[in-house]
Amino acid sequence: MQPLTNRAKPVDRRPMTLVERIYLWNIFKGMMITLKHLFKRKATISYPEQKRPFSPVFRGLHILNRDEEGRERCTACGLCALACPAEAITMEAAERKKGEEHLYREEKYAARYEINMLRCIFCGLCEEACPKDAIYLSETFAPANYQRKGFIYGKKDLLIPHPKEDPEAYKKALGNRYKQSQNAN
Amino acid sequence: MAEEKKLFKVTIDNITIEVEPGTTILNAARMIGGDVAPPAMCYYSKLKGSGGKCRTCLVEVAQGSAADPRPMPKLVASCRTTVMDGMVVKNITSERVLDARAGVVEFLLINHPLDCPICDQAGECHLQDLSYEHGKAGTRYEFKRRTFEKHDLGPYIQLHMTRCILCYRCVFVADQLTEKRVHGVLDRGDHAQIATYIEKALDNDFIGNVIDVCPVGALTDRTFRFKNRVWFLKPVDAHRDCPKCAGKVTLWYRGDEVFRVTARKDYWGEVHDWICNECRFEKKKTSDWVIEGPTNVSRHSVISANHYVKKEQPKELLPEIIGRNPKLLMDIHDVSEVNKPTIHLSALPGPAHSDDFNNNGVSSK
Repeated sequence: MQPLTNRAKPVDRRPMTLVERIYLWNIFKGMMITLKHLFKRKATISYPEQKRPFSPVFRGLHILNRDEEGRERCTACGLCALACPAEAITMEAAERKKGEEHLYREEKYAARYEINMLRCIFCGLCEEACPKDAIYLSETFAPANYQRKGFIYGKKDLLIPHPKEDPEAYKKALGNRYKQSQNAN
Repeated sequence: MAEEKKLFKVTIDNITIEVEPGTTILNAARMIGGDVAPPAMCYYSKLKGSGGKCRTCLVEVAQGSAADPRPMPKLVASCRTTVMDGMVVKNITSERVLDARAGVVEFLLINHPLDCPICDQAGECHLQDLSYEHGKAGTRYEFKRRTFEKHDLGPYIQLHMTRCILCYRCVFVADQLTEKRVHGVLDRGDHAQIATYIEKALDNDFIGNVIDVCPVGALTDRTFRFKNRVWFLKPVDAHRDCPKCAGKVTLWYRGDEVFRVTARKDYWGEVHDWICNECRFEKKKTSDWVIEGPTNVSRHSVISANHYVKKEQPKELLPEIIGRNPKLLMDIHDVSEVNKPTIHLSALPGPAHSDDFNNNGVSSK
């Protein structure tokens, strides 16, 4: 049969020599590799105390964005749900009433917005589909949970903290993107 | 008729077709079909006198007729120009036409708000399709747009004049389908607006058809306003015995709820039969209708997204092997706030508001 790659090696079936049969030399060779690694830099970190920086393109837990005045940007257009290959996003829209202008940016808004994190594959297509800059994949993981029902994220789990009422938490939630936007200005 | 009718030979985009005298270029092109047919925002084949207003159907006539082969100096509106024998028309093969059409689209979008994410018409909007086809999804216009207050025309129809492109289709519907017209176009120029005289409700039985003929989201169904996006709904053909109209409609389902009822539309986005208000607004139960089957939606339409037709499901082997149905680990409705089976959004007369959701009872049936 013709080999698929040129990396195939014939098996060496010669009987072992005396040195090989004793194994000591081979054990010594193996130990040398282990010893060598003792003096190399460690590949692991002690996780909760130390954290690795996220890549700028990291796609983590979703966040529903607000504008500078703290109004929700999402207008429940449904494009994220349409783009979602895992069909994880569902929403119900409502009309903004008079007097709610400080809460919602547009005349229509998502009264209910849910992401099923059991379905979500963190592909980021919702972020790309959003015409209103309302949904972002942030730099955090979706935390583990003991029960399935803990993975249905509603609006109160997803909304970014209010930029005026809680500026510290807002800045933290923005993460590196906030620093980038500050540098750009 | 004893004498044979003479047919006119007309060539549109290098495709020759024989049509009867008196046919417009647009209709001749529609007989060929496909991309050759120019888009039309105001022309509506079922409405007499419509057309000639939006200028999106402009075509170039490269040869006037066999007798007089000179080209027409300017682009002509194909919905209003009748064919001549030996006429040669260029539509998508002409640079000039494409350029002019892109300009027309840009003009139409000067005052049209780019709020497709909010608009209920998005997904089935002809202006949206047109602007995307011509690469005009954005705008260069920097000035203040013409805006109007939203207006309820009766309990069922909402007029959002800001989005109107003044195609006059709805005026023709009111004129030709109903005995007396109570709405028309008032004022002129930038101030021109569709209006009813002194807030008069349009209470005619067939006035709901203005929703279907509106090419944009200016006239929308109030009973469907903000309830759902059209591409999440499943269109199903159905009919009922209606004393007033043909009763042939499309039901738009989400789960087993009927969110809205519209007339059936053909390939050009025009309705087959006009339907009455009772069918459109008041019969929103499956039991009112005889279901015929899923509507054929063009594969390129966003409405066909995630609608699986003619699907073949593989046989479930697990129940056979383990001798019982697998245990459900979580019923999504126990946790999820969205799409509660006990809550019927479609039963609300108008759009949902914050109190509908806060009071935890969106008109539970």
